[in-house]
Parts: sequence; C-alpha cells; structure tokens
Amino acid sequence: MSVATQDTAIRTGRVSRTLIYLVLLLFALFYMLPLYVMVVNSVKPLDEITGGGMMNLPQAFTLDPWAKAWSSAQIGVDPTGLKPYFWNSIKMVVPAVAISTVLGALNGYVLTKWRFRGDTILFGLMLFACFIPFQIVLIPMARMLGLMGLAGTTWGLVLVHVVYGIGFTTLYFRNYYAVFPTELVRAAQIDGAGFFQIFWRILLPSSGPIAVVSIIWQFTNIWNDFLFGASFAGADSQPMTVALNNLVQSSTGVKEYNVHFAGAILAALPTLLVYIVAGRYFVRGLMAGSVKG
Amino acid sequence: MGFLDIDNTTKSYGAVEVLHKVDISVEKGEFLVLVGPSGCGKSTLLNMIAGLEEISSGEIRIKDQVMNGVHPSKRNIAMVFQSYALYPNMTVGQNITFGLEMHGIPKPERDKAMKEVAELLQIEQLLDRKPGALSGGQRQRVAMGRALVRDPDVFLFDEPLSNLDAKLRVDMRTEIKKLHQKLGTTIVYVTHDQIEAMTLSTRIAVMYGGYVQQLGTPQEIYDSPANIFVATFMGSPAMNVVPAKVAMDAGKPVAVVALHDGTTTSLPFSQYNMAAWNGRDIMLGIRPETITDEDAADRNSANIAHMTNRIVVTEPAGSDTFVTMTLGGKDVIARMRSDADVRPGADFPFAVNMEKAVAFDPETEMRIVP
Ligand SMILES: Nc1ncnc2c1ncn2[C@@H]1O[C@H](COP(=O)(O)OP(=O)(O)OP(=O)(O)O)[C@@H](O)[C@H]1O
Ligand SMILES: [Mg+2]
Repeated sequence: MSVATQDTAIRTGRVSRTLIYLVLLLFALFYMLPLYVMVVNSVKPLDEITGGGMMNLPQAFTLDPWAKAWSSAQIGVDPTGLKPYFWNSIKMVVPAVAISTVLGALNGYVLTKWRFRGDTILFGLMLFACFIPFQIVLIPMARMLGLMGLAGTTWGLVLVHVVYGIGFTTLYFRNYYAVFPTELVRAAQIDGAGFFQIFWRILLPSSGPIAVVSIIWQFTNIWNDFLFGASFAGADSQPMTVALNNLVQSSTGVKEYNVHFAGAILAALPTLLVYIVAGRYFVRGLMAGSVKG
Repeated sequence: MGFLDIDNTTKSYGAVEVLHKVDISVEKGEFLVLVGPSGCGKSTLLNMIAGLEEISSGEIRIKDQVMNGVHPSKRNIAMVFQSYALYPNMTVGQNITFGLEMHGIPKPERDKAMKEVAELLQIEQLLDRKPGALSGGQRQRVAMGRALVRDPDVFLFDEPLSNLDAKLRVDMRTEIKKLHQKLGTTIVYVTHDQIEAMTLSTRIAVMYGGYVQQLGTPQEIYDSPANIFVATFMGSPAMNVVPAKVAMDAGKPVAVVALHDGTTTSLPFSQYNMAAWNGRDIMLGIRPETITDEDAADRNSANIAHMTNRIVVTEPAGSDTFVTMTLGGKDVIARMRSDADVRPGADFPFAVNMEKAVAFDPETEMRIVP
C-alpha cells in the first residue's frame, strides 16, 4: 500500500501536482465561503451590512451582535436572547444521546452474541426505522406524547429522539460487534461472568470508536433537528433551532442581520466542537469492521 | 463410571444431526484427544462438554454429576480456545484472575494464585502487559494460565496450537505434555493434527462425519485401526491400502497383490485367520515403515515376506528416504533408511513385515478381526 502510494507520488509530475493542489484549494475556498460570510458579518455594525458589501471585512469590529444574540435579542415575545434555548437544547441532547447510544450498544450485543429465533427479522425491522420519514410519525407521536403526559416537555423530546435514533445506533453497534470474536464472550461465560458483566467488562471497553460514531451522529442529528422541536416542544422546552428560527423570523423592528449571523454561529458551535474533538475517532470508527484487524 | 462420561450424546441443529450417539468415558488424569478432519464435530462435542452448546439428547456427567443444562461457569471446567480469546482490554494479570474475580474470590487469594501460575508458566515478566503486546507463544501461555488458575476438574483445549508456527508448535506440545505429567489433570484436547494426537494422548477418539470411528490408546489406533478411514488418517505418511485377493499357498492364506508389471506376488498372512476369505477380495493395509530393504527388516518379526518391485520415485528426507512404487495398481510408499541404495527405475528387493499388515473388508471398510 505505502509502496504503491510512494510510487505514484514519484511519477506524478510537478505540474500536475500543482494543478491538483490548485483545484483542491479552490474547492476549500468555495466551501469556506459561507462560514466566512457568517463570521465577518457577525462582527460588523448593522449599517455596514445594509450599506452593501457583504463580503468586506469589518471596518469597525464589534462583538455586540454576539452579546445581543446570546442574551437580549427578541425571541418570540421575550427579549431573552438564545441563552435559555441553548440550555433547553443541552438538556434534551445529552440524555437523548446517552440513552440512545447505550440502548443501541445493548441491542447490538444481544443481536450478535445472544442470538435468538427471529433476531435477523427484528434487526431488519429496526433498520427499517432508519428510513421512516419524520413527517409520517408527527401526528401519532403527538398523540402518544399526550397520552403519556409528556407533551410539551423536554423529556417528551428526549423520548422522540431516542426512539428515532435507536435504529441507527443499533445498526452501528450490531455491525461493530458482529466482528467482535464470539470466543471472547464464551471465555467470559466459562469464567463466570453474567450478561451485564460481559457487556460491561469485555465488550464496552473495546467499543470506543463505534461509541464515538454513535455519539457524533446522534448529537449532530438531535441538535440540528427542527421539525420535532417545532412540533412537540412547549414554550419552555424549545430547542436552539426553533429559537433561532423565531429570532430570524421576528417581524418587529428592523432585521438585525449581524445578530442573526451571530445567532446562527452560536447554534452551530456545539456540533462543530463535538466534531473537532472526536472527529478523528469518527472516521476510524466508520472504517472499523470494514477492514479486519 | 468414569470421571467424565459422555453418554449416548447427540447433537442436532434443526433437522441435521451433526453428532451421532457419542459414547466416551474418560478416567481421572487421562489425556483424551479428539482428532478428525475439519467439520467432523470435534469442537461441537467439546463445546457441549463446556456447556457452550446444548445437548440434544443423551447425558454428559462430570464426577457423576449430570451436566445437561448446567451453566458453563458451574461445571468447574476451563477452556483454552484456538484464538486464545484473551480479553484485549485487560492486562495479562487481569486476564488470568478474571475468572476468580467472577467467582467472588478475594483479591489476596487471587494474586497468590496468579503468582503461582505465572511462575509455573514462566510469564511473570508479562503480567502487566496487554495481550496485544504479546507474541503468539506468549499468548498461548497466558491462555493456559487463565485455565490453570481455576484448578478445574477438566481442561478443554480446542486446537490450541494451530495458530503457532511449526517450531513453536512442537515446543508447546512438549510443554503441554510436561504440564499434564506434572499436574495429572484430566484433559480433553481437540486437534486435526494426528501427530499431536499420537504424542499427547493417553487415549484417542478418531472422529469422522459425526461418528466416533475408534476410541483407543495411540498404539491400538495405530496398530489395529478399526477401519480404512482410521488407518489412513493416523500416521504420516499414511498407511498404504491396496486391493488384494486371498489365496491358499501350501495350506496357508496369502494375499495376492499385483506388482508394477501386472505379475503378482504372494504375501503370506500371519496373525489373521484369513482362510475363511479364500478366493475373496480384500483391502490390504501396510504401513510405510514396514516395507524396507532386506537388511533393515525387523529381526523380531516372525513373518517377513519378500518381493521385487520397480522404484518409481525416491524422496530423500534426511533421516529417511521415501520410495514410491506401484502395488495393486496404486502408489505405495515405503520408508527406507537414508543409506539404502535406491534409484528410480531400478528393480529392488523389498522386505515386508507381514506381522504388522492388516486386512479390511472392501464392502464395509472395517478391519477383518483375526
Ligand atoms: N450453528 C450451526 N448450525 C448448523 N450446523 C452447524 C452449526 N455449527 C456447526 N455446524 C456443523 O456441525 C459440524 C461440526 O462442526 P464443528 O465445528 O464441531 O467441526 P470441527 O470438527 O470442530 O471442525 P474444525 O476442525 O474445522 O474446527 C459441521 O459440519 C458444521 O457445519
Ligand atoms: Mg473446530
């Protein structure tokens, strides 16, 4: 593998290499452009934007739009800023990610190491859950949440996201554990470890990469979700995405684009952060299982 | 009743029966080897003893306790797996003591047991390493340590040496044998390597197609194979089995075998009452080492037959030279001294130790018992 790469690297001429880098640079710039626009406009006074020149660097640098978006912008009826909604999102995302990941791991463990009659059919059905469009379940879900007394609460949202995420997390862990040697489980059985001890002491310590995949995937999806948040959240459980929408859509007064930009970046920051911290493992975890060893 | 009884045990997966009425009784301190080609059901039987596979019918008993349905950890057995199955996230020391911990044995005792086993297997310096940082031979030792530390009634080994290179395999084989002699434990050992089976065992069960073909000491299996499968499976190079016809020569039964040029030679039987087979076809089994040059013929044998046959191929192998000839229309291998004067294409006078020859019924493939 490394020999082959070296070989092609040597043969590729300097001209074509420059060309490749040029094209790559162009693509990189193209992809970075929106971020650039967002960042520069979030640190300008409003008149610099409305006067045209979206692409210009700020003449008068200011962090006021950020402060305003965070703590005093008009959202809906109250001038609270995005802060309370940010915490709403955190309170929803953390338990939802944790619960769906743990359940996915348990499902994967059972589906691969404690096979039972009909387990492949069950897994197939769970996979099917990954492909059900959100819109279809909105009304039945609203009814269910109402019946359970969870309508309009953070825990209601947690439940919705756990149910929706479990298909994906199960898929990840099942495929990961499928190549995990069954002999290890058998050895542990002979050693006297029980169902949860085997899971806890043998499987989980080796599940780092796939757990990271599951966490990033779930975190990104749940944090970015708008539809469920808009449909099922109550006034004091609305997540960040819904609040951001309300901020941008609010019709009173002038449109403060700089504040909107700052708010949008604030809403995107956590997912960005998670990816930067754990991104390396994400790629590694996705590759695991495809290559043996 | 033995120490470990496998009593009329069968195993089915759905409608398919993969083990048929296996009946083996193992005494305390015995080293039983289950040997057979791939897919014959060795691992399945071992896993049934371990409790990792259910028993479809029949009974397995250890120390007269029925084990059917008893959880693996409650059978007081230990198992060494082919892949070693060391827990990758634990150190060698933790690997060895995990079973004790699960059985609720306090830490000081666990550490003491670990020290003893580590000393026995000479792995003291590895105790803090993870399995990933060990060589194949070291992993093998740790896996055995994990089994030994529990002081179980029965040790189960599933092809423990098949992942090692040839030299290390021979070393570890000796080591396992030493360990067995020193500790006197009861062992059931699965392998598809017939040399491992011969060297390690006190008794061998040769398996094929879900049946135990023969159960006996290595010597019994080698000298008196129950059928053609056992005869050709055990021994390397394999026993020569050639078609022959029984005839009477001066009132004594002989095997008439075709030589390379279509002429025949008569090899007199000794230990068989073969007169009853007069005029009938049989399969004659001759081990390679019983065909020699005249000088090397076994002096203790009362029945050395002589034949001159053409040498087709010679294969010097250091200590021996393997000579191929055509006998009864088949390639037959003779194991000669390396200094025997053999050349391909030459006619050579062979001595055949007919005391060691066996005869098989060509229909049933069973050995014709004298
Ligand atoms: N879960 C299963 N379902 C159906 N058949 C099975 C199952 N497990 C094993 N078998 C069959 O049982 C037979 C015996 O398998 P086993 O693993 O005991 O063979 P083995 O003698 O250990 O072979 P090897 O030397 O290759 O390990 C094989 O024919 C195999 O196909
Ligand atoms: Mg096997």
